[in-house]
Amino acid sequence: MQPGRDPLVWLAVASSTVIVAFILVPLVEMMTQPTMASLKETLMDRDVIRSIRLSMVTSGAAALIALVFGTPLAYLLARHRFPGKKILESIIDLPIMIPHPVVGIALLSIAGRNHPLGRLMQALGLEIMGTVTGLIAVLTFVGLPFYINTAKAGFEEIPPRLEHVSRSLGASAGGTFFRVTLPLAWRHMVVGGIMCMARAVSEFGAVIIVAYHPMVAPVMIYERFTAYGLKYSQPVAVWLILVCLVLFLLMRMISLDRKATA
Amino acid sequence: MIHLHRLSVRLPGFSLKSVDLSIEQGEFFCLLGPTGAGKTLILESVAGIVSIVDGRIIVSGRDVTGLPPEWRGVGIVYQDCALFPHLNVEKNIHYGLRYHNGSNREGRTRCRDLIDRLGLASLLNRSVMTLSGGEKQRVALARALATAPTVLLLDEPLASLDPCFREDIRDLFRSLHRETGLTVLMVTHDFTDAHSLAQRVAILNDGHIEQTGTVDEVFRRPSTAFVADFVGMKNVLPVRVKNGTLSIGALVLAMPGENGTHRFAAIRPEHIYLHHAPSGVVSGDGFAGRITAISNQGLLAELAVEASGVTFKTVMLASSLMEMGLRQGAAVDLHIDPADVHLI
Repeated sequence: MQPGRDPLVWLAVASSTVIVAFILVPLVEMMTQPTMASLKETLMDRDVIRSIRLSMVTSGAAALIALVFGTPLAYLLARHRFPGKKILESIIDLPIMIPHPVVGIALLSIAGRNHPLGRLMQALGLEIMGTVTGLIAVLTFVGLPFYINTAKAGFEEIPPRLEHVSRSLGASAGGTFFRVTLPLAWRHMVVGGIMCMARAVSEFGAVIIVAYHPMVAPVMIYERFTAYGLKYSQPVAVWLILVCLVLFLLMRMISLDRKATA
Repeated sequence: MIHLHRLSVRLPGFSLKSVDLSIEQGEFFCLLGPTGAGKTLILESVAGIVSIVDGRIIVSGRDVTGLPPEWRGVGIVYQDCALFPHLNVEKNIHYGLRYHNGSNREGRTRCRDLIDRLGLASLLNRSVMTLSGGEKQRVALARALATAPTVLLLDEPLASLDPCFREDIRDLFRSLHRETGLTVLMVTHDFTDAHSLAQRVAILNDGHIEQTGTVDEVFRRPSTAFVADFVGMKNVLPVRVKNGTLSIGALVLAMPGENGTHRFAAIRPEHIYLHHAPSGVVSGDGFAGRITAISNQGLLAELAVEASGVTFKTVMLASSLMEMGLRQGAAVDLHIDPADVHLI
């Protein structure tokens, strides 16, 4: 049967159209509603700029922490079988599943004076409640699974035999990682970083528990909406979306496999 | 040389069971066995890639049991070549040099010689993704030999090649082995590889070695029913041997001098001879049989012949089958020369 006459193809096209419209229509509506004047005015607002910058910096820091600490764990999960591996994988996925205000409450509960970790953090001068440190902690918490799972998929795509051959040729485990594994997996790691950062930028529920102030962009949008209404929150949202779009497009382009797209 | 002493490896659902194996210095040794027998596992144990639970591994007189792969001096070439896709041909070949005083003149000269010897000079700047199967194998071989290993491990290196490349690479292995005098352990399930390359072979089955010996010994005088079947003796039949006679079911064959504890008779299919006997009358030393199945395999036809409740497998030229007018159900006179019967 020709594809054009296959009812399944038409069903797929119809459902795809509904899905794409469901995602795009509200976003396009929101993006097109603010006037140029209100967008310009919002761009001049120092509080808005500060909150978007803070969102980017804290989310970037969360992605960086995920990269440094998550890479060894992703590699371990991709390459080794060990008792309790499934449990560990489920633990890593927990931040995706649990309600995000709960994440904030959980983090605060270990940061207080009643908890040994809280006392240690205080001794080290680390404050969680209402600080940038708290923001980064909470964003790392929610973003980690996205980085680890993507990096792990990247490592799994590399045949272990490449690493075995590298070792047999004289490279140590570390040398093999940096000369074989990393050059083949870095695109997945960058994509994982982007996903982690994207997740962190959009976080709201956990952030308002741990650090309403200093105000990140989602909190500012919420505050403007509750205090002044839709009209005043939309321009901030538009700028946040635009900044994220440009940033993520850039990172995607850097990580794009030229050979694969050729 | 390679010595494996009571080597045991345990994986989920499979284990190598106390494998003993000795490969002499400069020997070309083939490890044969069906898929899943543990051939590659032995190879990777020698290379230090899998952890062993018991036993010792000696490579060139050095106990390497606890050493990481990079300290073993062992080169490995896999069936899929495992070339580094992000490096070009030259960088693949030079990969290991930095770990083996590669910057010195000796290492560079060795690499250059290998590149010339293996005809890779024109490919050096090519991406390994664009190479043919034969070219990939030559690059993988050059990369493994560039570090001057004391032992070379080959994991079914010819299995994925086109037949035309296979013979070339086989010739290459043969001449390189002759020139370098390297100890080579090759895993294969292809008898042609073993016949044309190996001085000795070992047959592996379900994690243990069934038989070790020269190619001729193993192929002509298999020591177990499994090896007999594996090397193509398609008739492995339970027997009783007593006072110079061999009983295969109800069939009795005179075998003067034989009187032992043999349990199986192994007969190659080409050593079972058939004559058309439409009347059912057979010659004095023959058995009356009937063809129960014929499967045509191009030039050859494989036949199943039933005689007194025993089924024999035999082969003959398809043209002979036509000339003799043999069809399924035809009565035949079946002959076996006692000299062709190998008792196990």
